[in-house]
Parts: sequence; structure tokens; C-alpha cells
Amino acid sequence: MTEQVLDAGDGRAPAVNSRRRTTLRPRRAKSKLASSFQTPLWHRVAERTIAVLALTAIAAIALIFVFIAREAVPMFWEVEFAEEVELRDLFLAKEWKGYDEPVFIWQPVGEPAKFNVVPLFVGSLKVTFLAMLMSVPLGIGCAMFIALYAPRAVREIVKPAIELLAGIPSVVLGFFALMVLASWAQAAFGFHFRLNAVVAAIGLALTIVPVIFTIAEDAIQSVPQTLTEAALALGARKYQVALRVVLPAALPGIAAGVVLGFGRAIGETMIVLMASGNAAIMEVFDFTTSVRTVTATIAAELGEVAQGDPHWRVLFLLGVMLFGVTFVLNIVGDLAIRRLQKKLTAES
Amino acid sequence: MRHTKKDWLLAGLTGLSLAVILLLLAVLLGQIIWHGAPVISAEFLTEKPGADMISGGIWPAIYGTVFMTLLMTLAGVPVGIATAIFLNEYASPRSRIAKVVRLAVNNLAGVPSIVFGLFGLGFFIIFVGGSIDSLLYDDPTPVWGKPSILWASLTLAVLTLPVVIVTTEEALRTVPRELRDASLALGATRFQTVYKIVLPNAKGGILTGVILAVSRGAGEVAPIIFCGAANFLPYLPTDLRDMFMHLGYHVYALATQSPNVDAAQPTLFGTVLVLLVLTFSLNLLAVIIRARSRAALRP
Repeated sequence: MTEQVLDAGDGRAPAVNSRRRTTLRPRRAKSKLASSFQTPLWHRVAERTIAVLALTAIAAIALIFVFIAREAVPMFWEVEFAEEVELRDLFLAKEWKGYDEPVFIWQPVGEPAKFNVVPLFVGSLKVTFLAMLMSVPLGIGCAMFIALYAPRAVREIVKPAIELLAGIPSVVLGFFALMVLASWAQAAFGFHFRLNAVVAAIGLALTIVPVIFTIAEDAIQSVPQTLTEAALALGARKYQVALRVVLPAALPGIAAGVVLGFGRAIGETMIVLMASGNAAIMEVFDFTTSVRTVTATIAAELGEVAQGDPHWRVLFLLGVMLFGVTFVLNIVGDLAIRRLQKKLTAES
Repeated sequence: MRHTKKDWLLAGLTGLSLAVILLLLAVLLGQIIWHGAPVISAEFLTEKPGADMISGGIWPAIYGTVFMTLLMTLAGVPVGIATAIFLNEYASPRSRIAKVVRLAVNNLAGVPSIVFGLFGLGFFIIFVGGSIDSLLYDDPTPVWGKPSILWASLTLAVLTLPVVIVTTEEALRTVPRELRDASLALGATRFQTVYKIVLPNAKGGILTGVILAVSRGAGEVAPIIFCGAANFLPYLPTDLRDMFMHLGYHVYALATQSPNVDAAQPTLFGTVLVLLVLTFSLNLLAVIIRARSRAALRP
């Protein structure tokens, strides 16, 4: 919309202004923009429009929270919900009929339906942890190699290649993990389940490595040259400079990359939906079993649930929780990046 | 400088991690091209899918993806550019409003895509669509309050908004301060400066960012699962309220819900290849424009 407004102008307006403003009034030039009376009306309209549109992002984040919560919170007072589900069973273990100990179990189609979210979060954390285990060393390793060792020619090839990787839609990575990696991994490691946490984590790692790489590389590049030069002048070897000077100085930035990568991994949907096997098993340590994550559960189940159903409410509650987790992670990552900028500008 | 063993070790290890990533990327692309390319034919690209979803072509999915992407661009990009102009040209960086907007943008960028799907369903379909329906029609069958290409596009427009904002801001920042100062010193208003000086100079960068954001939106599947993507729909969407087929969703549905995945495999690889070509050609376009605009900026 704005662009159409922007295009409608002609070149005559500035001439009028430049005659009026021959006296030096720097303050006026700064603050009295929209209000000077000779500017055409559409300039003021466009400026107002820009200011209003700029609030969209704030509105969006608020609306996302409100309208997901709106579908979830009726669970606290709705009679239909209370009849079918007890709130504490969402989080606490319960000894269901036919079980000889309290269990955490997600079984929305069972009779009675069992909505315990713990196995889903365990699944999400398990896959995410495994993916981080692979992608953090890889991402930081790539960033260090590119920033410290790679000749310019290599850098010019590698950076677009990693951008390419970042541009691959996650459904394609999920497809790759499902069709290709899963069979190879099973042949190589003899997994009992073809689709499991490891396969999904490899797929996830492919999306997180570019995130960590980009931020870590930025952080390493922005370490002031004077620091490395000083260290080299004192007789340090290159690896000592890399590990004891550059890496510590860039650490907040790298940490931010890791945090943001973590947020990305825990919120990623298509890859885990396609490649993790989607069995909600409460199994914390065995990585070769199939897992069901929070995101995959929402994606797979919401389509088959009636609006307002208890199951529907629980799925939206999962959404609210996911939103909360990534919101906090984002703010932490953001703070880390800002701290790095402050630290480096203060030191240099 | 003399390189010791430890130097070689560190260079080797970090180089190895890079090699692993590049190898995986190469395998991924290689597999998809190897299995996908033989499937691509004129019929595959221009025909409707058969009733089993395996035979026939994927034209409705290509059409739906492009149509949705265009709608998304129309809805999201102007807002994103306006926000970036506001942040970079109007608001003082220390002002509270700029800080809050920036915080919102950063957080929006981190919201999981499936949460956008819930948002599209809860806000656009149930709230906005449902309200329109209850205002305009007495009939209980939903007209607006159901999944459609319009709601899917708007949901994705919100998803791509932060990408557009961040990249546009970067582009605006590359315009030298002196240009703005000179323009203001000549008596131009702030708006004239933005419109006549800053925007023309940042055009290439903005276009790059927009294309990157669009290519990200074109490939997203999770948000549109409940917002309008159809499993099997052999006709093309003609109305904003129609559902549509989408390349990515087609891949997901075919790979996970098809009764015979082995038979579907060629179609799947072909569809993935088409989706990749679509997003990569957008990326490539962005890279070319960026290179050109950088060359133009150099004195």
C-alpha cells in the first residue's frame, strides 16, 4: 500500500522547501517534518501510514499470544473439559486402570483419553538435545575454519553454500531424512526402528547449523584485529590465539547462536513430523526409539479434532507453552548478542 | 609464522566439520536431482494429479504455491518495508517505541512455524472469518470462516514479516549518512529524503531481502496445514476462499499418508525437485541482485 502512495509524487515539492529554509535551523529540520505546511498532503498521509504499519509487528506478537491462548484457556472452567480430563493429569503421572504404577502417557484416542504433555516435551527435548550435540560443534567448527583458516576463495564458495542450506524448505529436509537418511542410518547402525530420534536429529541439525554458523562467524569476525595482533606479537601460536583469545571474546555471540539454534530446533515441525516416527514413548535415554515431539503432535492431530473439544484445547495449550519457551529463548539470545556488541565496542 | 602440529590439528578439525556439512548438502541435492530429474516432464508439470495422487502431474500444486506466494508478498512486504523505514529513518534508536518494535520483530522471527499455524486457525479463520460469517450470513455453513488460500497467505505474510523488516533495515543502513544529511541540508523534508534519496539507493538491497523472505515463505508447510492447504484438489483455486494444493504440503501428505510410499517415490522426488528449483531460483535471483547493487554502490 505504501509503495503505491510513494509512487504518486512529483519532483516539484522540494524546490518550494529549499527556498523557505535558507536560514540555518538545524533543530527545525529535525523535528518539524510532517508539520511544515507546504508539504503535500500525501506526504503526511504516507508518514502516518508508515508509523501505523510499523506497529504491525507488535500487534502480531500480541495477537498470536491472545488468539492461541483464547482457544486453550476455556479448559480451566469448561464443564465438558472437566468431565473428560483432570487438569493435573496434564502434567503429573497417574496410575490409570490397567497399569500397575503411575505413568506419563499421551494417548488422545484412548478410552479414557490420556493427555499427559510430559512425554511430548521429553520427546522434543530429546531430539533437540541430540540435534544440538551434532550441530553446535559442526556450526562453530565451520565458523572458525571460515573466519580463521579458509583462504578467500574457499570463503566465497562456502558462505553461499551454507546460505543455500539455510534456504532449503524444512519439508524437503524432512523428506530427505525420511526417504534417504533413515534407510542409510538403519543399514549403518542397525536401528530397531527405522524412524527414530537420531534420524530426526540429523535432519534438524541441517537446519540449525546455518543458524549457529552465521551468528558464530559474525561474532568471530567482529573480534577486534588488535586483540589477535597483540596476542601474536606476544609470541602466541595461531591455535593459541584462536582458542584463548578469539573464541573467548566471541563467546557471547556464539552462545547467542546456540540459544537461537535451540529455539529453532525445538520449534521445528516438518522434519520431526516426517522423520521421528511419532510414537509417544516416555523414554529419556534411549535415542534409537521413535519419538513424538510437541510440534509434530500439534501438526498431526489438530486436523482431526473438533473445534472446542478437550483434545483441541490441550493442543492449543501445547502451542501456548511452545510460544512461551521460544519467547524466553529469543530474549536470552538477544541479550547475549547485545552484551557481545557492548563488550567488544568497549574493549576496542 | 611457524605452524605447529596443534595448528594443523585445529585447522583439520574445523575443516572437517565444514566438509561434513558440505558433503551432506551435496548428498541431499545429488539424491533429489538424481531421482527427481527423470520424473520431470511436460505432463508432470502441466497435468492434474490422478485419483491415486501418484499418477498424473502436479500442476495444481505449482499453481497453488505460486498464487499463495504472490498473495503473501502483496500482504506482507509493504508492511515490512514500512516498518523498516520507520525504524531506520524516523524513530530514534533509543526511543521506547523503536525498542518495543524491535523486540517484537526479533521475537516474531523466533516463533515456531507451527504456532503460526495455530494463530492462523485461531485468529484468521475462527475469529476474523467467523465474525464476517456471523455478520453477513444467517446460514451456518461457513463462507469465510474456513481454511482458504487467503488465510494461508495472510498467515505466511505474518511469518515472513520479520525477515522482510530485518533485511530491509540492513539495506537502508548501507545508504551513507552523508546522502541523507546533504538532502536534509538542501531543505528536503525527511519524507522527501526517504522517498527520493534513501529508497532509490537501497532498492537493490530491499529487493534482495524481499525475495529471500518470499522464498522462505514459499517453502513453509507447517503453518498452512490447517489454514488452507488441501490434500487432493484436482481443480485450481479461482476464489480467495478456495482451498489450494501446495508443493510442500503435497510432499508431506504423499510421503506420510500414502498407502503405497514405494510407488509414490518417483512422484515425490519430482515434486521435491520442483519445490527446490522454485525456492533456489528465488534465492539465486536475490544473490544476483545483491551482487549487482553492491557493484553499483562501489565508487
